[in-house]
Amino acid sequence: MVEFFQALRNPDILFLRYALVAGLTGSVAFGTIGSYVVAKRITYIAGAIAHSALGGIGAGLYLQVKMGVAWFSPMLGAVVAALVAGFIIGLVNLYARQREDTVIGAIWAIGMALGLLFFSKTPGYIEPMSYLFGNILMISRTDLLIIVSLDVVVILLTVLFYDRFLAVCFDEEFARLRGVPVGLFYLLLICLISLTVVLMVTVVGIVMVIALLTLPAAVAGLYSRVLWKMMIVSSLLCMAFTFFGLGFSYVYDLPTGSNIILVAGSVYILAVMGNLFLKRRAA
Amino acid sequence: MRERGRTPGRGSAPAIELEKLHFSYNRVVVLEDVSFRVERGAFLSMVGPNGGGKTTLLKLMLGLLKPNSGKVTIFEATPEKNRHRIGYMPQYTQFDPQFPVSVLDVVLMGNLGLRRSGPYSRHDRNRACQVLDEVDMCGRSKESFSNLSGGQRQRVLLARALIGQPEILLLDEPTANVDVGIESKLDRILGDLKEKMTILMVTHDLGFVTDMVESVICVNRKVVIHPTRSLDGKLIQELYDVDIRIVQHSHIAKGDGHRDG
Repeated sequence: MVEFFQALRNPDILFLRYALVAGLTGSVAFGTIGSYVVAKRITYIAGAIAHSALGGIGAGLYLQVKMGVAWFSPMLGAVVAALVAGFIIGLVNLYARQREDTVIGAIWAIGMALGLLFFSKTPGYIEPMSYLFGNILMISRTDLLIIVSLDVVVILLTVLFYDRFLAVCFDEEFARLRGVPVGLFYLLLICLISLTVVLMVTVVGIVMVIALLTLPAAVAGLYSRVLWKMMIVSSLLCMAFTFFGLGFSYVYDLPTGSNIILVAGSVYILAVMGNLFLKRRAA
Repeated sequence: MRERGRTPGRGSAPAIELEKLHFSYNRVVVLEDVSFRVERGAFLSMVGPNGGGKTTLLKLMLGLLKPNSGKVTIFEATPEKNRHRIGYMPQYTQFDPQFPVSVLDVVLMGNLGLRRSGPYSRHDRNRACQVLDEVDMCGRSKESFSNLSGGQRQRVLLARALIGQPEILLLDEPTANVDVGIESKLDRILGDLKEKMTILMVTHDLGFVTDMVESVICVNRKVVIHPTRSLDGKLIQELYDVDIRIVQHSHIAKGDGHRDG
């Protein structure tokens, strides 16, 4: 790990610092939003949103490289695509619940199909693997700025509307009876999930981002029985996972995304087993 | 505090009024031609077989469902307009038992329309403690909702319904899956509340609070109301028939032999 700290101080390997900053700031949003996702059991929605982001990334690349629209970055494309996907899923959930799973599956696949289509029509060689499984070399200074500002938005809204979101997640019907605009808050929550998912796409990739969203919250949920505590614990866990994942990947020259997810996954398995053990002893 | 019954003109307006209500779900008729009124301060129980439309009827009164035809009136206005005057306690079994939420969180949800967004204030906590005290759950506010027993969860949900100081209380199966000791506790709590508000309670269990209930609403697609007092011979016969059917039904559903007629 000493090597890792030295590398972080080395001005020649700036990308490592960027990756670490992206990972640590993103972790706060991941911990809070991930807790909502786990508590409300909507992991599959987060999955569909993450995968649909590929469509936006493809569109961004195509517009930038082929059409010369310099400001439309893949990152921005991912944000837009995730928001659109989240909005559609949210509306379907609110107004046509019985077909929700079909729509989620469709958005999942259509987003990826669109992304690959754009990739194939964009001149030059594009490595889809970078987007699917993450590539910290791709994090630019602008990306970092976007990540930090999105992070601030997500955290502000979660803190401000904590009780509303909690009520909507726990008992939608009752929240409606108490005059909470449930549809609005549900859509807002889905949009926050969309923004959060995009935060870490460059670090861990589209395919693995759901795991980083849900595993820290799932571990935290085993030991904390109140939502805000779960959020704090899972944010800290998420930070630890990205830090050690990144460190291992640098020291042993391994893919970053995979390392982060494997660290998270191992801790989750250990936590579940430990919890079972504790329960058995208590019983 | 409330002006119920004080002004003579308003005293005559019922708390709940249903007129020629029809409701069907996916073309299956759930409720048909339902008309009745609940006077202010009344304490009624609603019985009927599973799928007979009891919960649907509650949700129509809350404005969560819209009737296909007919009208629901709560204090001379639509249910939406007067939602804040109704306290609603759903069945506790509909909740995710692993949801990370504290008793305080749950109770304060009942206050959502009244408080601003942001952290709970001291006033909120005191209010929550007050209503928890009313249901004998004081001092448990920091506990996790999922760690409570069924009866305790019921009482927390009752506290959540009470924190907004409702004038009408709608309860959905407060005695479901609850043992006898808790039942008598609930019995006492409802006895206190009866003086303060109009109460309408769905139950499987006809024996529960029979001594307090003024009328029984029998719901099985159609609705028949039987006042428990001043029954003439014919009505008793009719009620008795209906009751036997209901009791037998709950007997099968619950699998524990309890009171007969």
